[in-house]
Amino acid sequence: MTAPMLQIEALTKRFQTGGGFLKRPRAMLAVRDVSLAIAKGEVVGVVGESGCGKSTLARLVLRLLEPSSGRVILDGTDLTSLGPSALRAARKRMAMVFQDPYSSLDPRFSVADVLTEPFTVQRRPLPPGQIAEMLTAVGLPPEMASSHPHQLSGGQRQRVGIARALALRPEFVVLDEPTASLDVSIQAQIIDLLAGLRDQMGLTYLFISHDLGLVRYFCDRIVVMYLGAVVEILPTADAQPRHPYTRALIDSGFTPDPTRRRAIAPLSGEIPSPFDLPPGCAFAGRCPHATDRCRTERPVLDATMHPTACFHPL
Amino acid sequence: MTLPAPIRALRRPAGALAGLWLILVILAAIAAPLLTPYAYDIQELKSAWQPPSASHWLGTDEFGRDLLTRLMYGARTSLSVSSIAITISVLCGMTLGAAAAWFGGWFDRAVTTIVDLTWSFPEILIALILVAIIGPGTTGTMVAISVAYLAQFTRLTRAQIMTLKGETFIEAAASLGAGNGHILFRHLLPNALAPVLVSAMLATGDAIILEATLGFFGLGAQPPVPSWGGMMSAGSALVFKAPWIIIFPGLAVAITVVAINLYGDALIAELDIRARMRRAV
Repeated sequence: MTAPMLQIEALTKRFQTGGGFLKRPRAMLAVRDVSLAIAKGEVVGVVGESGCGKSTLARLVLRLLEPSSGRVILDGTDLTSLGPSALRAARKRMAMVFQDPYSSLDPRFSVADVLTEPFTVQRRPLPPGQIAEMLTAVGLPPEMASSHPHQLSGGQRQRVGIARALALRPEFVVLDEPTASLDVSIQAQIIDLLAGLRDQMGLTYLFISHDLGLVRYFCDRIVVMYLGAVVEILPTADAQPRHPYTRALIDSGFTPDPTRRRAIAPLSGEIPSPFDLPPGCAFAGRCPHATDRCRTERPVLDATMHPTACFHPL
Repeated sequence: MTLPAPIRALRRPAGALAGLWLILVILAAIAAPLLTPYAYDIQELKSAWQPPSASHWLGTDEFGRDLLTRLMYGARTSLSVSSIAITISVLCGMTLGAAAAWFGGWFDRAVTTIVDLTWSFPEILIALILVAIIGPGTTGTMVAISVAYLAQFTRLTRAQIMTLKGETFIEAAASLGAGNGHILFRHLLPNALAPVLVSAMLATGDAIILEATLGFFGLGAQPPVPSWGGMMSAGSALVFKAPWIIIFPGLAVAITVVAINLYGDALIAELDIRARMRRAV
């Protein structure tokens, strides 16, 4: 394996809240010691329920948030150590597609303004015909350049958002639930578009989602997060889960064929508060296989081809 | 291609009527010397206290000066003082509010505390205190009015910027490598502008009343320069003997302020920002 396109090393983000007169601030770990390598051209999915830190991870990787510790290395450049102007230059090589296509476009900007912004911000001349070309690439008619966001549908807006992200021909793109706010019929179109663009432009994706089915369809490898930490990395999309949490996630999705549905054993118990994590495995309280060891000692990812942070893998 | 909102507002009945009056008043103020044969300051005591007639449409005051002439020149004072004062207030308020929302921390707390403190007093009280310090006259009135309304624009701008800061398109711009200046001047301020400008327009109506009040107390423009408040003050001595002297300037203030509010309402409806205006103040 050649040097990875993106290397995440022990990334941690600590948030402090509250605090004030006679009140101690409380700290929570939104992302705990996450390490991951992504090869060029790979699509890596990150799944987990809401609040597990996957969106925070996305923002840490692009340094839209400052990590508390750890490093992010994009193609040999340590992003976490860059100064403001070097970071601005590095932003040409990475981009993000956002979840909500309704608030990700400035309501006062026309589509052409939105697509010009990356060039303005990076102080680069806009090549003639570029806007029409970008719109065609994401499957929109070039005449749409003069439209404003409120005249577009959710799917069209998301296509504009994708065109903006790809305007400066980045190598690495973070997709933060790009289909979560769209109708199911539109979701498939957007995923197909993203897959096609990856092939054309040789992109590398980090795909954040809470929809395990979608991630299994689209991604080469799948990272499963629970309460800020990686619990399992599925080496292929159809690999059998080894961590009980991944098993529960997969079981929670319905099979389209009702005759093939198995009885669902819903998880019991509460998610622990991220402000007050248990000393052992964060999942122990809800896990059917948990033992005393799970409650006192924290498991780490094992160094296999199928890393799993569990003492009793399935 | 749609027309800009200030013109669309004129297509609503109330907006049209109000707009017509405002245009009329502004034109009269600008073209006053061309529209009247009389001077506003030459006294002709033998024609004092004349009721409205063919030669003096609105009558004359206690010094025999033509009331319509003085009303038109008074519009110059009232409109310019209040609109200049509000312009200063909006510029300072937007800068303060945007800076508070942008920098946050102790600066935000300091600005918010001071501004909320002035917000808790009635505008007239702040204005009276300031005129007492600066001294009566046009400049004093302008400063007093701008400070009296500063809190409103600071709070409104701050609230707008705070809400906008959380929008994804701000994060999207940052992810492209946009600096603070680009985000502030290309995204935040342009989006905050519409509600602030409309509330500035509505505040101009209140400022005209405040200016007239200060003028009524003799603290505004000093004689012989006419102002609507000063004219009403002069007329108050003779409410029963020569009621037109107080009635016409009073009507001018009332109709102009109502017109500004009606037009402002039409503008809010056209811009569809009623919810955003309510959220902030």
